[in-house]
Amino acid sequence: MLTEPNAKPRPLTDTSPPLAIEAKGLVKRFDDTLAVDGVDISVPEGAIYGILGPNGAGKTTTLRMLLGIIDPDEGVRRIFGHERPHEIARLIGYLPEERGLYPAMKCDEAIGFLGALRGLPVEEGKRRGREMMEAHGLGHAIDRQIRQLSKGMAQTVQLLGSLVHKPKLVVLDEPFSGLDAINQGKLEGMIRELADDGTTVIFSTHVIHHAERLCDDVAIIAGGKVPYAGSVDAARDRIPAQVRLETANGEGEWRSALPDDARHDAKAHGGHFWYFPVPESGIEALLKRLIEGGAGILSLSIERAGLHDAFVEIAGEAAARALDEDAAGDLA
Amino acid sequence: MSDNASRLPLWRAALVMARRDFRAILFSKAFLFFLLGPIFFGAISATAGALGAKAAESSDPPKLAVALSDAENAAFAKAHENLAEAVGLPAIVTVPDSDRRDAAELLADKSDNFGAVLTGSLETPQLTGTEERIARWQGEVALLSAQALGGSSAELPDVNLSPTRTSVATIRSAQTATATGAITLLFLLTMLLAGMVLSNLVEEKANKIIEILAAAIPMEAVFYGKLFAMLAVSFVGIAVWGGIALLVLTLGSAALGPIPEPAVGWPLFVILFVTYFATAYLLIGSIFLTIGSMAPTVRDVQTLSMPATILQLAVFFLATYSLSDPGSAAEIFAVLFPVSSPYAMVARAAQSPVLWTHAAALAWQLLWVAIFVRTGSGLFRKLVMKSGAGGGHTKPRFLFGRKARS
Repeated sequence: MLTEPNAKPRPLTDTSPPLAIEAKGLVKRFDDTLAVDGVDISVPEGAIYGILGPNGAGKTTTLRMLLGIIDPDEGVRRIFGHERPHEIARLIGYLPEERGLYPAMKCDEAIGFLGALRGLPVEEGKRRGREMMEAHGLGHAIDRQIRQLSKGMAQTVQLLGSLVHKPKLVVLDEPFSGLDAINQGKLEGMIRELADDGTTVIFSTHVIHHAERLCDDVAIIAGGKVPYAGSVDAARDRIPAQVRLETANGEGEWRSALPDDARHDAKAHGGHFWYFPVPESGIEALLKRLIEGGAGILSLSIERAGLHDAFVEIAGEAAARALDEDAAGDLA
Repeated sequence: MSDNASRLPLWRAALVMARRDFRAILFSKAFLFFLLGPIFFGAISATAGALGAKAAESSDPPKLAVALSDAENAAFAKAHENLAEAVGLPAIVTVPDSDRRDAAELLADKSDNFGAVLTGSLETPQLTGTEERIARWQGEVALLSAQALGGSSAELPDVNLSPTRTSVATIRSAQTATATGAITLLFLLTMLLAGMVLSNLVEEKANKIIEILAAAIPMEAVFYGKLFAMLAVSFVGIAVWGGIALLVLTLGSAALGPIPEPAVGWPLFVILFVTYFATAYLLIGSIFLTIGSMAPTVRDVQTLSMPATILQLAVFFLATYSLSDPGSAAEIFAVLFPVSSPYAMVARAAQSPVLWTHAAALAWQLLWVAIFVRTGSGLFRKLVMKSGAGGGHTKPRFLFGRKARS
């Protein structure tokens, strides 16, 4: 384990993208509960990285360890090569899952204060805060106290406060939680803008769509373990592409062309849907047999597996069910 | 980017925190309450001071110096002996001819606690002392003089009264009152401030700010910032009330008459009081802040802070008890025990002119302040994020366990 707080120099021959975050074997116990069990994460600089998992999977604990809020019992974490995150606090912006601001503060003061915690002079932080609020359509609320804002507005102010010092790394814990669809869309836009400017963004979520739409890489976490960490594409490619076939007929000779485990959905209007992996013999041979067998093809498409399918494959049915329930809970 | 550019130094991080807290408290209703507090405290301190003075009189009552001729001294003493059991009389000390001194000189002699001096003769007694004292003893002196002359109590001689501004007895009484009042004020101020710093931290946890702070700056900086912000707030309060007191004393000095000085003199006493207040607050404040780091709710704070409040009360009673007996084992223990030391020493400043003990005591207290603040901040760092910070929907476990978060 490294003890030197200074950045670890990269070998001259190393051509891989530099890492904003590197964690190896992170373990955290709370009494008898193993909250995080040997997490490995590598986040390249400039990437949008998602930590995807149901509530209680260890997402917040992992992020807290990465930020130095709590220390791991085992393992090493490095942020921009530093083992002590507080050493480079000015480079990091953080939005915790539990949002919190001083209720009596005015918005620009709150943003100025959050910037000051990261080394930005208060007045400069307030000035930038006012500009940012104007840019995000909150100019009318600059002089309002936090207690006078709606939940969504307060959350936006806190997010702006975590960005006011122009961090190189932004850590967002469940950033979409509590936002309506419009504000979720705005937040996705902000995250993309940050990445376009070269900022590394890591966020945790239990909503697959956000991760799928935004992330270059994801870590799938369940039960404190990370069974998969890598690109979203690679995760999806773990499952073969699926054929989605719609036929007018339900039975016939053509059925022998389908694999035995093809999933079947009968539709009310009489159509039939079939789902199965692309056969090894190829799609042309399949088409020929379907036509000759009189399937009555209404439509046929080859669909790449989604991140949800990959999650089911990687983390298991139970974790996927928990994830879906958490996401549904957000909408309720 | 270099390390220095990427990290806020501890003192600057603490300053950011202190500035926020200072402004927030200064413009809050709590500060108004704090400003009004001394009115109540003043009343309580004055009452306590008066009670302390009475206690001091009971433990070492002022005596009447009898400076007549040797023969009349003997007669007066005999009369005192005869009547003492039947009538409540002040204790007397006869001053022989050989040790004859001016009445003012006798009153100023600190080796005896003379409240008044009887001179002249039994036929024409003259009583010298503070106005209040000689008015109170006039009747007893007349009675004793008549008895000493062998006459009936119906023919009492006229006692000439010669009022003076002070006496050793009144100075002692005033100094004891000052000591008791100062201890009470110190106790009430530190208790209020410690409570405020505790509430401030609990409110912060309720507002869920603590995790943002913990992610951005070292928790020690939060601890130091909070502790010193409250101290700065208290200095504003002290400056306001000190200014008002100074104004009143300056404008009303003629009406108020001479105010008996504490043993070290008023200017030094004020400086020492403020210094001891600072050390007393830092000692108890660091304890309360550490307690606050363990407690997620106001209810838990009340439960957890109970032992510290009891400790504060015990310290207050110890210091109050020991001030009437300087040099006793209890007083020396109060001086040496870190938490009670500021209280015991502020009492000494009122009662004893010796200064080196203050230098030694302040060094001792500052050493303990450093130990307490360092230990407190270390525990604060360990505990504050393990007591449900940011939580709320789950019952946090503190002291005996930690709660896992997702």
